[in-house]
Amino acid sequence: MTTLHDLMNAPAPASAWVLAQDCAETGLDPQDIRAEMRRRIGEMRASVERGLASDARSITGMVGWNAKGLWDAPDALDAPLLKRVQAYAMAVNEENARMGRIVAAPTAGSAGTIPGALLGVADHLGLPDEQLVDPMILAAGVGKAISKRMFISGAAGGCQAEIGSSAAMAAAAVVELLGGTPRAAVHAASLALMNTIGLVCDPVGGYVEVPCVSRNAFFAVHAVSAAQLALAQLESFIPPDEVVGAMASVGRLMPAELRETAEGGLAQTPTGLAVTARMEGRGEEGGMIELPMA
Amino acid sequence: MSLLDMIGPVMIGPSSSHTAGACRLGLVAHHLLGEAPRRAVIGLHASFAKTGRGHGTHLALVAGLLGYAPDDPRLPRAFEEAEAAGLGVEFRDVDLGDVHPNTAHLEVQGDSGRVTVQGSSTGGGVILVTHVQGLGVNFSGAAPTLLLRYTDAVGMIARIAATVAADGVNIATLTCTRAARGGQALVAIELDAPLSPEALSFFGRWPDADWVRLLPKLMDG
Repeated sequence: MTTLHDLMNAPAPASAWVLAQDCAETGLDPQDIRAEMRRRIGEMRASVERGLASDARSITGMVGWNAKGLWDAPDALDAPLLKRVQAYAMAVNEENARMGRIVAAPTAGSAGTIPGALLGVADHLGLPDEQLVDPMILAAGVGKAISKRMFISGAAGGCQAEIGSSAAMAAAAVVELLGGTPRAAVHAASLALMNTIGLVCDPVGGYVEVPCVSRNAFFAVHAVSAAQLALAQLESFIPPDEVVGAMASVGRLMPAELRETAEGGLAQTPTGLAVTARMEGRGEEGGMIELPMA
Repeated sequence: MSLLDMIGPVMIGPSSSHTAGACRLGLVAHHLLGEAPRRAVIGLHASFAKTGRGHGTHLALVAGLLGYAPDDPRLPRAFEEAEAAGLGVEFRDVDLGDVHPNTAHLEVQGDSGRVTVQGSSTGGGVILVTHVQGLGVNFSGAAPTLLLRYTDAVGMIARIAATVAADGVNIATLTCTRAARGGQALVAIELDAPLSPEALSFFGRWPDADWVRLLPKLMDG
């Protein structure tokens, strides 16, 4: 079983080692995987572009205009990387919420984090998509190493397992994109994961919209922060595999109400309950719900 | 679990478990029916029943029944496509007992046959099929899967395995259940590669076997 420790000590580039390990295990052809990753980066790119251009409401009506709103707004902080990373992440998740085509990475609810961080940084620096193929393979390798110890769904371990994993994957990918070592990439993943432990999954009405869309924007930035720390040689004090173990144990301690059941947290606020009631009471025809707030 | 499961699937949202996994459950029924579906009764359990509609679970299940993959752009229009294809679908909320919250039970009728499939969507678009034709199975669709229903008798599994081996195909997993001794039995065999059409038609001619299907690989990795 490949661990983060193995990955950290692999010869550079870490992605080449991940690809060789995976192909040995599955019998798949490395060139086929690289070609498919290239295609998936194109799909991510297309979902970002559609998401930035649309302000159509989602199925429930809770989200749909956030990415375009940010993208079109003046850059109040004069921080174009920050704005780009956040807008890309929300664009993907809003496209997801309106039943658009996206790449689950690793899940649909966390689909914006990796494109937000990786495509956002690449576009900010003017790097071509071809340079994203290897970092994306490393991201997948990090996700696979985490998933060997812990399920990567909010229902299994809270949002720490879902968006925590996507942020860890994204952080490692950004490090490889910027020429960091395998050790730095894995420490970036570990730092991102360490700072996500305890995060509950409390989707309003049970839908991956609130808080998921803005949460992807926050965690795409979180991943970029972790990459920046690791590229400056900062390391996770707790060894990466132990961080994953800690996350798994917190996930097991977490009550079911806080694991994607919509029975706790934001889902149980008065507004959350009102949205839930309206969605459950909806007729066969569907249609938008009326939001309780102004 | 491959790298393509971690960055993927490419899918129509919003939820890998409620949408992509639901579509794959529908696809299992589509392939096992083996003809155009005419009528389907779909039972939705727990979370599928409770939050399925907003997640597009109903659309995704119907899309799968029509043979669409989770990234098919027609998925959000699956109800219209079903009507055009002459498929009538009825949804029911059901209590399937102590099973995964994202579980569906599908009864699908074609012009000449019918199939029942029960399975769970366990996260990230991954599924686990737990019942086919009312008998217990355990497969994920990650590999080509042979399903064969026959009358229980001594040596049947050995004969089936010998035929698969003669076709040059390796068995990855195998589950077999029977309704009663000497009664109907069902074997589900996950394979490293698809069986040849000759091997399949050989099984189809067995007097003891009354139903044979080869489910293609449904996952990316």
